[in-house]
Amino acid sequence: MNIVVLVKQVPDSGSERGLAGDNTVERQSANNVINEMDEYAIEEALRIQAAEGGEVTILTMGPERAAESIRKALSMGPDKAVHVIDDALHGSCALSTSKVLAAALGTLNPDLVIAGAESTDGRVQVMPHMIAERLGIAALTGARKLTVDGGTLTIERQTEEGYEVVTAATPAVVSVWDTINEPRYPSFKGIMAAKKKPVQTLALADLGIEAGEVGFAGASSEVVEHAKRPPRQGGQKVADDGNGGAALVEFLSSEKFV
Amino acid sequence: MTIDRVLPTEEAGDLLDLATELADNELAPKAADYEARREFPRELVRTLGRAGLLGLPYPEEVGGAGQPYEVYLQVLEILASRWLVAAEAVSVHTLSCYPVSTAGSEQLRKLLPDMVGGELLGAYCLSEPQGGSDAAALTTRAVRDGDAYVITGTKAWITHAHDADYFNVFARTGGPGPGGISCLLVDANTPGIVPQAPERTMGLHASPISQIAFDGVRVPADRLVGEEGAGFSLAMRALDSGRLGIAACAVGLAQAALDHAVGYAREREQFGSPIIDFQGLGFMLADMATQVSAARALTLAAARLRDHGRPYAVEAAKAKLFATDMAMKVTTDAVQVLGGYGYVADHPVERYMREAKVLQIVEGTNQIQRMVISRSLAKA
Repeated sequence: MNIVVLVKQVPDSGSERGLAGDNTVERQSANNVINEMDEYAIEEALRIQAAEGGEVTILTMGPERAAESIRKALSMGPDKAVHVIDDALHGSCALSTSKVLAAALGTLNPDLVIAGAESTDGRVQVMPHMIAERLGIAALTGARKLTVDGGTLTIERQTEEGYEVVTAATPAVVSVWDTINEPRYPSFKGIMAAKKKPVQTLALADLGIEAGEVGFAGASSEVVEHAKRPPRQGGQKVADDGNGGAALVEFLSSEKFV
Repeated sequence: MTIDRVLPTEEAGDLLDLATELADNELAPKAADYEARREFPRELVRTLGRAGLLGLPYPEEVGGAGQPYEVYLQVLEILASRWLVAAEAVSVHTLSCYPVSTAGSEQLRKLLPDMVGGELLGAYCLSEPQGGSDAAALTTRAVRDGDAYVITGTKAWITHAHDADYFNVFARTGGPGPGGISCLLVDANTPGIVPQAPERTMGLHASPISQIAFDGVRVPADRLVGEEGAGFSLAMRALDSGRLGIAACAVGLAQAALDHAVGYAREREQFGSPIIDFQGLGFMLADMATQVSAARALTLAAARLRDHGRPYAVEAAKAKLFATDMAMKVTTDAVQVLGGYGYVADHPVERYMREAKVLQIVEGTNQIQRMVISRSLAKA
């Protein structure tokens, strides 16, 4: 089975993050890592590969620094990677990103595309759907379990109440949550091997996309301004002088927690 | 605290990053629970093995990572700074592969990939109840009987006694003294091997150590590692390497204690100031930090001698002596920095202090290290 995993490099959600002067995510100074949910996608692809055979390819769109995350992803075990890199991509919205990724997928002819259900920087959760729509294939999203039976994919889609069973034929896009598996650590040998694995770089021209269709020029949405989240307030202290319980209930009730 | 390290290769940097990631995510958050339950973290050690950390100094042909000791020891240090038990498991296991890798027959060397790859866990049976420092006086016997040796005796202070898949057993096949000792590689499930109840140790609670009774244990003769009578020199050479491992563990443990003490001293306020701003405390922490750096430098200097094929036994003894005495002092001082809070288990420094003590004893007591060093001075 030919599997492509979408991997995005994001600023570490555990570190200080922010937006740059042009209202895009600050990536230059950030401590950048693989989007956490994508590690689950890689793990799922490797497990399917172990059972079904075939090849696992990492697909990333991002600036030069994203190459670090591609090597990290490859160190877990995938065979090769494609890195879409072009200065004109800076400022791309979700719609134009999906256009680029769909075009790159078109060159790879996958049976299965696996993605994390969301990225920790954008958090829009729409990329798998948009890509499936552009490619004209099924989108099985929000999986907590994925089963492959020949050309049939079945997922358990995680919902707030429980789960739904959804089935589709390959080729398809599947997005996964962090409940689906436990990603492996790279091994030292894997890290060494990853340095020698092929990484193909593609520019917009290679994909037949004009610079004006993507980036700031082609964006369908624009961030006009941003402000830092206000600092957390000190909270309200309740001194228990005999009626602490009542005061707590009153507070919870006033905040509509109970 | 981030340590600025000069590493010999770029891949060494990748390896230390991997060790740090594993130590931060898998070891540090779980240490206290395992310690409280006195449970050996077998699965976590397996995770370290799958990542390739259990055979770092061995050649790639047998499944190792072909890393110099200089790099391997810094991995150990990082692991020890998050949880000494895990680092000690790696150090003991790495040592347990040494006899077969240096003196094993072709047939025994076929076992190396599983040993070095960490699927199997190893242990080392040298000390006995009546003799540790005087290892050459050991009394466990291995008597040739047809195509087998029959081992009878009791070994003591065995790390991984209940969890190991194989033991390097040093037993007497000949007359008295060091020349009568041989090494046998023994499967842990061989009938007659009876691990005893775990010792009630002061520290390292998650790594139970026990005596093992060998009651007529029949081992195929082809499990002899090296020649008959070559066991003692094999054990001593392995210990030279093991001492470097313990020195690195001591550096990591002391670094953990220092980091915790510094963090506390910057936060804790008395008389309106963080206590690190009082010279009595600040200078104490400065001395601790200096001692940790000195021990690290001494340990790595000895490792580099080994990596360059130079004699290193005496320098390894100095490193083990200095680093473990340093760890005892630094962990004790860390408890002092925290005052009453250092004496209770809510902070890890009391555990660090209990753990440091064993490092002054294992792989040759620090008195034995002084003996090794002073003898070299007398000869020089």
